Amino acid sequence: MKLIRLIGAYAKPHWRLFVGVVIFQLAQAIASLYLPTLNADIIDNGVATGDTGYILRIGGLMLMITFAQVICSIIAVYFGAKLAMALGRDLRLAVFTHVGDFSEREVSQFGAPSLITRNTNDVQQVQMLVLMTCTILVSAPILAVGGIIMALSLDVPLSGIIAVAVPVLLVVLGLVIVRMVPLFRLMQVRIDKVNGVLREQLTGIRVVRAFVRERIETERFAVANREVTDTALRAGRLFALMFPFVLLVMNVSSVAVIWFGAFRIDDGSMQIGTLTAFLTYLVQILMAVMMATFMAILIPRASVCADRITEVLHTPSSVVMSADGVTELDEHGLIELDNASFAYPGAAEPVLCNLTFVAEPGKTTAIIGSTGAGKTTLINLLPRLFDATDGEVRVDGVNVRDLDPDVLWARIGLVPQKPYLFSGTVASNLRYGKPDASDDELWQALETAQARDFVAEMPEGLDSPIAQGGTNVSGGQRQRLAIARALVKRPEIYVFDDSFSALDLATDARLRRALRRDVGGATMVVVAQRVSTIIDADQILVLEDGRIVGRGTHAELLETSETYREIVESQMTAEEAA
Amino acid sequence: MSDEAQPIEEAPATPRPPVRRGPGSGGPFGGAGMPAEKSKSFGPSAKRLAGRLRPERMLIGVITVLAIISVTLSVLGPKMLGNATNVIFAGILSEQFPAGTTQQQAIDGLNAAGQSQQADLLKSVTFTPGQGIDFTQLGMILMLVLAIYVFSSVFSWMQSYLLNGVVQRTVYRLREDVEEKINRLPLGYFDRMPRGELLSRVTNDIDNISQSLQQSLSQIMTSLLTVIGVVTMMFIISPLLALIALVTIPLTLVITTLVAKRSQKLFVAQWAHTGALNARIEEAYTGHALVKVFGRHREINEVFRQKNDELFTSSFGAQFMSGIIMPAMMFIGNLVYVAIAVVGGLMVASGTLSLGDVQAFIQYSRQFTQPLTQLGSMANILQSGVASAERVFELLDADDQTPDARPAVTPSNDEGRLVFENVSFSYSPEKPLIENLSLTALPGQTVAIVGPTGAGKTTLVNLIMRFYELDAGRITLDGTDIASMTRDDLRGRTGMVLQDTWLFGGTIRDNIAYGNPSATEEEILAAAQATYVDRFVHSLPDGYDTVLNDEADNVSAGEKQLITIARAFLAKPSVLILDEATSSVDTRTEVLVQRAMSALRADRTSFVIAHRLSTIRDAHLILVMESGRIVEQGTHDELLAAGGAYANLYNAQFAAAITD
Repeated sequence: MKLIRLIGAYAKPHWRLFVGVVIFQLAQAIASLYLPTLNADIIDNGVATGDTGYILRIGGLMLMITFAQVICSIIAVYFGAKLAMALGRDLRLAVFTHVGDFSEREVSQFGAPSLITRNTNDVQQVQMLVLMTCTILVSAPILAVGGIIMALSLDVPLSGIIAVAVPVLLVVLGLVIVRMVPLFRLMQVRIDKVNGVLREQLTGIRVVRAFVRERIETERFAVANREVTDTALRAGRLFALMFPFVLLVMNVSSVAVIWFGAFRIDDGSMQIGTLTAFLTYLVQILMAVMMATFMAILIPRASVCADRITEVLHTPSSVVMSADGVTELDEHGLIELDNASFAYPGAAEPVLCNLTFVAEPGKTTAIIGSTGAGKTTLINLLPRLFDATDGEVRVDGVNVRDLDPDVLWARIGLVPQKPYLFSGTVASNLRYGKPDASDDELWQALETAQARDFVAEMPEGLDSPIAQGGTNVSGGQRQRLAIARALVKRPEIYVFDDSFSALDLATDARLRRALRRDVGGATMVVVAQRVSTIIDADQILVLEDGRIVGRGTHAELLETSETYREIVESQMTAEEAA
Repeated sequence: MSDEAQPIEEAPATPRPPVRRGPGSGGPFGGAGMPAEKSKSFGPSAKRLAGRLRPERMLIGVITVLAIISVTLSVLGPKMLGNATNVIFAGILSEQFPAGTTQQQAIDGLNAAGQSQQADLLKSVTFTPGQGIDFTQLGMILMLVLAIYVFSSVFSWMQSYLLNGVVQRTVYRLREDVEEKINRLPLGYFDRMPRGELLSRVTNDIDNISQSLQQSLSQIMTSLLTVIGVVTMMFIISPLLALIALVTIPLTLVITTLVAKRSQKLFVAQWAHTGALNARIEEAYTGHALVKVFGRHREINEVFRQKNDELFTSSFGAQFMSGIIMPAMMFIGNLVYVAIAVVGGLMVASGTLSLGDVQAFIQYSRQFTQPLTQLGSMANILQSGVASAERVFELLDADDQTPDARPAVTPSNDEGRLVFENVSFSYSPEKPLIENLSLTALPGQTVAIVGPTGAGKTTLVNLIMRFYELDAGRITLDGTDIASMTRDDLRGRTGMVLQDTWLFGGTIRDNIAYGNPSATEEEILAAAQATYVDRFVHSLPDGYDTVLNDEADNVSAGEKQLITIARAFLAKPSVLILDEATSSVDTRTEVLVQRAMSALRADRTSFVIAHRLSTIRDAHLILVMESGRIVEQGTHDELLAAGGAYANLYNAQFAAAITD
């Protein structure tokens, strides 16, 4: 089982803590098992004989044991909490650093949200299971087995009752749990559904109202609401059965112990104090069994989480960075693709197929094509977010695989399709690629990116806060800040992945003019949907189904490429295109 | 729909400790360690939550009676078992003396032999010397005990069963009310309230209320009754021992509050650190490519390591502190156990108490610390439930939209003639938006609205659809003031295609039929064909039965747009509102979208929020908006000739694209 292997591997460095947990749990279990025996002693040798001195002496002993027990328990909790939390910490770090080495291929394969859940929630579930194991699962068997040994040592025939009570309890708890687990799962599905309907109504409130669908939506909701209530009622009914039944088993066994114990006492094979002690052990055993059963519910859930974590940890990165890569380069900003292809393993069709082109410094290379043509994949080959599965990608004359990653990345300024900003301030985001950039450099970049005005208008200027993802600025502003962020870095190669889409045409035009003016000497790679954005590029590559189906300037392509003409016509009237 | 007046961006839900799911998953520590969310006014909100249980008050009465019976019976159990022990003890003692003598003779005999301690012991026991254990009496007692336990369990089960129904039905009604409320709220409410916050109220908070009620109601009742019952029994058996046991209550309280206070702080720190770390993870993964290309992976790892260590320190502290509670309570329980064993033993020895009573007492003392701890954690759970209820009540208390006019007027025809007469509107009084706007749109005409992002173009949509009410003036549709029509009637005559392609999680067929549920299969197909949906649907394995969901990647953004157009097409509106798609639709599909939109516009009055010059050029009227105001209106040629804002906008777009 992956769960055990995972926990085993990550608990190993902390084995001392685990040994501590076991030792102190054992000690505290023995102490709590010893108390009823002492109590029996008080009754048989003190109370029954009226020896008050004996009662006080044993009482003192019991007090000491109780004290020792609490100390042991607390130490066990200390070790247990430390073990569980340390294991969680290590596991979290392991997943995080491993994912950090992933290429975009693995990230998109799992999906960022799924990776986040695995790194946070799933690790937490495993950590919780370890904590519960240390505090309860370790002591439950000790208490159960110890209790049985003590019971047997007190009176063997009477222990037969335990042999009946424990299986009965186990079978009934098992039956209830087996039926309850799927019910709870169904319950979760139904809750998600009712919440899903609500979510849909809230996000689509304009559409719901515009199409006069309120009544129908309400009915849809009512169905989901009835379903969730039905399931909750069924689960609740089953759950209502559990505790009364457990109590009944305990109480009936106690009655049985007294009835059969009376016969044992009557024929002189048992003392009366033993009966009281036996009752206590019985309750202890049954409680331990119950606890262990409840803990068992946690295992399937944690096991799913462990599987998901293991899957991440066992997925190797498809892009391995060279440890002693080339750091000295002669050229500055030359990109060459030589028959580069990219295919997902096992996929029938490659995403990119035999691409060959050169992008030179001081020139703009534009890539246009419909969604799914492979534009983003293509530019991801440059900073090695993907590695070409065939052919070669060279930057400044060196295969990117042989380059020192830091040297490679320092050369590339990427503005991704989704202009993600990090939480912090405008300045901290702009300095992302160059932590020591001066304020002047930042303002200059903002100027070029057509972002100076709105940043200057912000009450705190460069120090204005940016929320996670940049949700507190508009889409267009986000895009311009992302562009400025790349500019601050002063790289030799700029890669704009559809980075002007949220800008209105006028801003788009101004921005491109400014880029040409301020960083004209760099290599520009521009992916775009809008023809107007790339109309003045030195070289336009028309991408379709992962192949270059046309290349040239705008004017040339209008003559030579049918696909390009279609794209242009879809966006402009004929006279505008001319 | 990205205008500044409408905070549409999905706000991240406020970080909040995860809601505990389902009974049994909370672990044995219960809610003791969970930082309860504080409600603003606990009293009134709790009262109101309790008020929602009113329809179930008959059942609650029955449940209370059942709980009382069940607890009383289970509390009687140990005392009865004690009696059984006494019978056994008496039997043993009796065998030490020859048959035929009396109990008094036995005691006298012991006293005479100088064994006064033994003699004292016998005083509290009734026995017949020489008889041995009286199995008839023992059997009768045990049968009775058995019956008591069986009935107690049955009543306890009935009580839980009924209570479960009460809670579930109450939550059902609460959900129902929320759903109805959503339909009555004005649209402005949804625009003002961050989406994440609203979602969290109608989902997380209601779930939390459900779980809090479920866990707290039954346990609070039985715990309270058990404490009362047990204390009563303890006093009946021995006031002295009862006092010893009760001394532990303040001790328990002191220890739990001390520990809880410290662990609460640590838990708050743990949640804060968890939140911070999760945010780091989220950022690092969402911006994975950026982290790499900007060469930040080392810093990111270093910061993560630091934050992770901080989380370890605080969570270890929190778990340790809260983990202390159980052993501490056990310790106190054991102290009581020892004290009762010793004092009880002394009392039995001196003849003031029977052995069975001591045994019963020990059981009682065990039963009474547990419900006390439970009550403590229940208080936490209840508090979090009430805090959630308060947020839901806030939603329920928000002002409704103005009710429809009664009697409502229906326009005599459905040509689609739409007239704005001196319309004024603003989202907030200090920021006037539209002032004295008058315009007429005739059937078959297209009104284009242009302007930079954030100019308030969707405001006009909001007014035509009556998502918002006018401040002054009126809008008439085919001669009737839209304020005097029912909203349903008005919206039934207007169709809408927005950039934000909202589709619900259902099949393509259901989504097309969204605005016209009674449409026949032929009508749906016709609409799909007219709007180019039919083409791509044929390439899907499930055709029209393809289910669309959030992550549907089988249908592209452009294709989704086509479906929304088909949806509007099928609804056969006389007035149409179109928000043109811009980016991230691939160009081929875009052509289709354009054509479909033109097909839709034919013979209808259309309002188009335009991003494309081709649409603008043919429009009968162009409204140019800037920061919420209409600064110019006219046809393309008129506006170009005027050389104002429109001319600037037009020239900027083309000058940039063509010359350089």
